[in-house]
Amino acid sequence: MDITNGLSCPIPISDYPNVLLAHGGGGKLTNQLIAKMFLPAFDNPALQAQHDGAVFRLREHSEGDRKESPLLAFSTDSYVIHPLFFPGGDIGSLAVHGTVNDLAMCGARPLYLSAGYIIEEGLPMDTLWRIVQSMQQAAQNAGVQIVTGDTKVVDRGKGDGVFINTAGVGIIEHDRRIAPQSVRPGDVLIVSGDIGRHGIAIMAVREGLEFETTIESDSAAVAGLVMQLLAENIEVHCLRDLTRGGLASALNEIAESAGAGIAIEERRVPVRDDVHAACEILGFDPLYVACEGRFVAFVAAHDAERALAIMRAHPLGADATIIGTVKADHPGVVMMKSRIGVSRIVDMISGEQLPRIC
Amino acid sequence: MKYVDEYRDADAAAKYASAIAQLTTRPWTIMEICGGQTHAIVKYGIDELLPANVTLVHGPGCPVCVTPIELIDKAVELAARPDVIFCSFGDMLRVPGTHKDLLSVKALGGDVRIVYSPLDALKLAQANPTKEVVFFAVGFETTAPANAMSVYQAKQLGIANYSILVSHVLVPPAIETILSSPQNQVQGFLAAGHVCTVMGYTEYEPLAAKYRVPMVVTGFEPLDILQGVYMCIKQLEEGRAEVENQYTRVVKREGNRSAQQLIAEVFEVSPRKWRGIGEIPNSGWALREIYAAYDAEKRFDIASGPVEESSECISGLIMQGVKKPEQCPAFGTRCTPEHPLGAPMVSSEGACAAYYRYRRRS
Repeated sequence: MDITNGLSCPIPISDYPNVLLAHGGGGKLTNQLIAKMFLPAFDNPALQAQHDGAVFRLREHSEGDRKESPLLAFSTDSYVIHPLFFPGGDIGSLAVHGTVNDLAMCGARPLYLSAGYIIEEGLPMDTLWRIVQSMQQAAQNAGVQIVTGDTKVVDRGKGDGVFINTAGVGIIEHDRRIAPQSVRPGDVLIVSGDIGRHGIAIMAVREGLEFETTIESDSAAVAGLVMQLLAENIEVHCLRDLTRGGLASALNEIAESAGAGIAIEERRVPVRDDVHAACEILGFDPLYVACEGRFVAFVAAHDAERALAIMRAHPLGADATIIGTVKADHPGVVMMKSRIGVSRIVDMISGEQLPRIC
Repeated sequence: MKYVDEYRDADAAAKYASAIAQLTTRPWTIMEICGGQTHAIVKYGIDELLPANVTLVHGPGCPVCVTPIELIDKAVELAARPDVIFCSFGDMLRVPGTHKDLLSVKALGGDVRIVYSPLDALKLAQANPTKEVVFFAVGFETTAPANAMSVYQAKQLGIANYSILVSHVLVPPAIETILSSPQNQVQGFLAAGHVCTVMGYTEYEPLAAKYRVPMVVTGFEPLDILQGVYMCIKQLEEGRAEVENQYTRVVKREGNRSAQQLIAEVFEVSPRKWRGIGEIPNSGWALREIYAAYDAEKRFDIASGPVEESSECISGLIMQGVKKPEQCPAFGTRCTPEHPLGAPMVSSEGACAAYYRYRRRS
């Protein structure tokens, strides 16, 4: 039997006969892979929403039900970071923060996580123990429990020390629909803090690119901050954490899913001086550099100042800043007013950012 | 950030723009040589601040773009060898060769590494004595001192498993090629600040005099470029054709003497082929005979098949300022960063990449 059901591979072999790193880079090629291969293959309504996690009920409400089944969010992410320990965090805390944040971006209170380890033969037991302790601490801080897991060991050379997958479940305890589809013209964009620290901290310790810096990753679980916004009844329309591909990719994804025009101002986007300096040297645009503890909130204009005050009062939102608004014109396109006052588009990155020549 | 933000100030930019508008009485076409300047112009929208009768055209100063396809093919061939660790600046990895780019070689198991300096590649050679470490030494005069230093040190330290694949090109011969072309429309140049940091600008003085064109050594920040344009138009309006230095905080007329000495120790002037433009006499550097052992082309027997360029790519015309990226029929349709027909679409200094990234409206 033909197990492919007669369907041919949707990514034309002539274009990409092999998977490239950029297919996992969070930019255009990742999106193409999702849109052409995964979405059609697994097609269903929860997946089609294309949010950071799926939102669904375990059972649809019917006439005879005394109680509605609660609305849940479900998300998963795999962590393949090198090096395993980096300034400001490690693969363990990152694996907790990332999935907790994905759930929070659905407006859910994170409850339970799973942890799957793919360990390379020869990994020092002490290293694994440090990672596990870090996960435990991160989970405790984020108020989630790691309730199930899996362990696999692969031959030496077939893994990069350890890969971790976490999946998480959270509960949505409000009536807001926090999704790109809820974004409206006039909405105000608030970024929860300075961008790009995680990406630069990792870059600084990678082999071949070492440079001296004291930049630490921004890796953190932001669910508490999000829950506070919701508890204060802020009219939040959409949330997105700024991971791979950074702020620019997050905004492009939302502009496209929501069919909205987004306009930001470069001089308002918070970037720390040391991150800015590293970007200047490497030829990176901080708009595309990854964060692991930052998100952008699309908030109804009348609640923007109140939301900003709540965020700034929280330790993880101290540098929160309004960076722009949603427009009715240029749907699907992110525009930015440059520092010298001219507008340009902010494109989705095509592959990984690569250090330039000179 | 200090020493950067001052040069990106909106009020100062507006003042320069209005001063340029007041100064300009006739249409002028100015070429910025360096791809870094091209990107700054398009990214910040500097050209949109200029009066309509001032046209900026983009020059050949994108080292990735002008590296001949034969060398990309050789790099691909070398990188695929199991005994080789192939090191390169990041920009080179997406540049299309005849069949493949270096990123695809990496995906197929080639040991391709991005380094920020050739000295890091040299360290890799020391750390991996059983491997051959090859560095892809591309660039204009700007990258030459570090590339020369890596070879010089390799010889001094007796590191025998290090070599470089050289594609070094020089700015002044390229300017002369543009100026002597019958298609030339360029009336003034912004010379590349970083190239002149190394080489100084005495080489440009005979060119400015011979072809009667002003040249202004210019930096890379928005206000640098606006000031460079201002100085260039002032010369044009006054009928002068001199070499002036806008980038005085970095560039000296004589350049960096110790860097020049190191370059002269390791490299000698040679003819070079420029992708999209063709061979230009005395337009590049090759390793001197005493450093031949460090020349990857001599060290390895590299099988190179017939080369094939996309017939649609007009990169040569774009890099000589004859056409703009948007005037290419393939721009943004058959040629995108995901499917580049030529290097200017994927280099961080390529004009097509700048237009695609900052100007395209889908």
